[in-house]
Amino acid sequence: MKPWNRYIGLILPVLVVVALTLWPVITGSAANSERVFTILKAIALASSLNILLGYTGYVSFGHIVFYGFGGYVGIFLLTEKGWTLWTALLAGGIASGILAFLLGSAILRLRGAYFALATIGVNEAMRALINNLELFGGPTGITLNFSVYKTYGGFAQALQTSFYVGAGLAMLSLILSYIVRSSKFGLGLLAIRENEDAAEVMGVVAPRAKTWAYVLSAIVPGMVGVLFFFKNGNVEPHDAFPLHASIELLVMVMLGGQGTVLGPILGAFAYQGMRGYLVTSPIFKDIQLSVSGALLLMIVLFIPAGAIGWLRHRLPPLRKVFA
Amino acid sequence: MQQINLLLISLPDGILLGFVYGLAAMGLTLIWGVMNVINLSHGPIIALGMFSTFFIYTRLGLNPYLGVIPIAIAGLMLGIVIYAVAVHHVINAPHLSSLLATFSVNMIIIGLGTAALTTSPYNVDFSAGSFQLGSTRLLGSRIIAALVTLLFTGGLYLFLYRTRPGKFIRAVANNRAAAELMGIPSTRILALSFGIGTMLAAVSGGLIATFFPFSILAGGSYELKSFVIGVLGGLGNPIGALFGGLILGVIESSSQAFLESSWVPVIEFGLFVVILLVRPSGLFGAKK
Repeated sequence: MKPWNRYIGLILPVLVVVALTLWPVITGSAANSERVFTILKAIALASSLNILLGYTGYVSFGHIVFYGFGGYVGIFLLTEKGWTLWTALLAGGIASGILAFLLGSAILRLRGAYFALATIGVNEAMRALINNLELFGGPTGITLNFSVYKTYGGFAQALQTSFYVGAGLAMLSLILSYIVRSSKFGLGLLAIRENEDAAEVMGVVAPRAKTWAYVLSAIVPGMVGVLFFFKNGNVEPHDAFPLHASIELLVMVMLGGQGTVLGPILGAFAYQGMRGYLVTSPIFKDIQLSVSGALLLMIVLFIPAGAIGWLRHRLPPLRKVFA
Repeated sequence: MQQINLLLISLPDGILLGFVYGLAAMGLTLIWGVMNVINLSHGPIIALGMFSTFFIYTRLGLNPYLGVIPIAIAGLMLGIVIYAVAVHHVINAPHLSSLLATFSVNMIIIGLGTAALTTSPYNVDFSAGSFQLGSTRLLGSRIIAALVTLLFTGGLYLFLYRTRPGKFIRAVANNRAAAELMGIPSTRILALSFGIGTMLAAVSGGLIATFFPFSILAGGSYELKSFVIGVLGGLGNPIGALFGGLILGVIESSSQAFLESSWVPVIEFGLFVVILLVRPSGLFGAKK
């Protein structure tokens, strides 16, 4: 195999993220850069969820717990301990990874719907717990002091920086997803998805592989959380652990095609784009949730493999491109 | 001593609420037991039940408890429709498909409900008197709701164990392929089970509306409670759900006597995860 051929599956995902990042730069509009930031955030989160959901086959309703927890830890260090954004980002990612390791060792023993239910429980328990922690500001959360932004060249400059860091995190997420997918470790995960017992017989150490998949899928959301709440200026329990956001991530992964690198990226783009359109359109504004719901139902019923899964099935020669 | 007094005051109330929580969870756990589907449209259906009571009482001027009968019938119909449209095609698909299919129904109901009713709170201003029992005062509306729950639980038990369709439901829950070989029309039985599950959710919503203010989004927290109760009583065991509901009611009311109420969800969901890990078949389920 030629060396460039090995990375052919990475071309389209990288192109999508680069094009998205350049779009507001070229048009020079602040509204566009907000819109793109939302999409990049969704790409980073959906792509990381895909490691657990698409490759390993474990449905998590609590992916957002890592986003909220990492965000809280990062913002706490940023405001109370005076850490910089960069170290706080790292700390948020590491904290989420550790949380995933501890949680995963316990709840990944559960399979199927029991695991899905447990993740809902974890999300709600964590939200309620943080709501009661005085250290993290209780129900009012933590508010960033405005002077924090001065270190990064004022508020406008900090926004700009956040945008590029967001693009970087989306890129990190998809590269991680690609590396996992093309590695031997990833093959083990795919085997677990197809049949966990058979995979163990074939020599995959399932508990260890699942836990590491969980940890890998948790790191990027932790960092995205820190970045988002840094940009937002405050963090509250209600914003940090929204259960419906976890389900929206599932929808994005499903929409694009679970278990593919490109799928979650397109799914995140399509979902956020559609939502942006529906919320602002005069006809659908009031019933945008119903329209999204009806679309989701159509996809689940008629193209359960998602857009990329469907294309891969229809166009076998292009399977390498739609990795 | 003061805490004991507080406990004595809040405990009976918690137990009565527990009955209604149990009724909601019964619907969820029945559907899970029969077809292995976690019904994520459970919450909005509870909310629809609440609004039905509101309209029956404030617009038609009927007694809210008479409203239980039309709510039950409408809930059954709605459940059968939801099954036919959203669930039937994914009944054999992986879990993610059925979870997302029922969640899309959730989104559709919430979306339409928000457009029609907004998300602001409503209130059914109905009083069924109250009774003095020692140092505690029991609200009549909660006693009646507990009685209605017992009626429905008894009815469900008789239906499942004494009637032909009920036996069919249990057969399909036990082994669908074998039941089909015995000539049981499994599609119709699955639709009926989903209908009954939805009916129980709608009725519980109708009863809850008589004690608390509600909005179209209010079903969500009862859906989460139903998950906890379902796991406490053993997923797939509708009668166990009633006991699960009572346990949750007791936990909620007794922990309020000792802790701040914001700690209650921490205990609830912590317990939920622990029970899933230690005894996934529920407190009353057989050990596997």
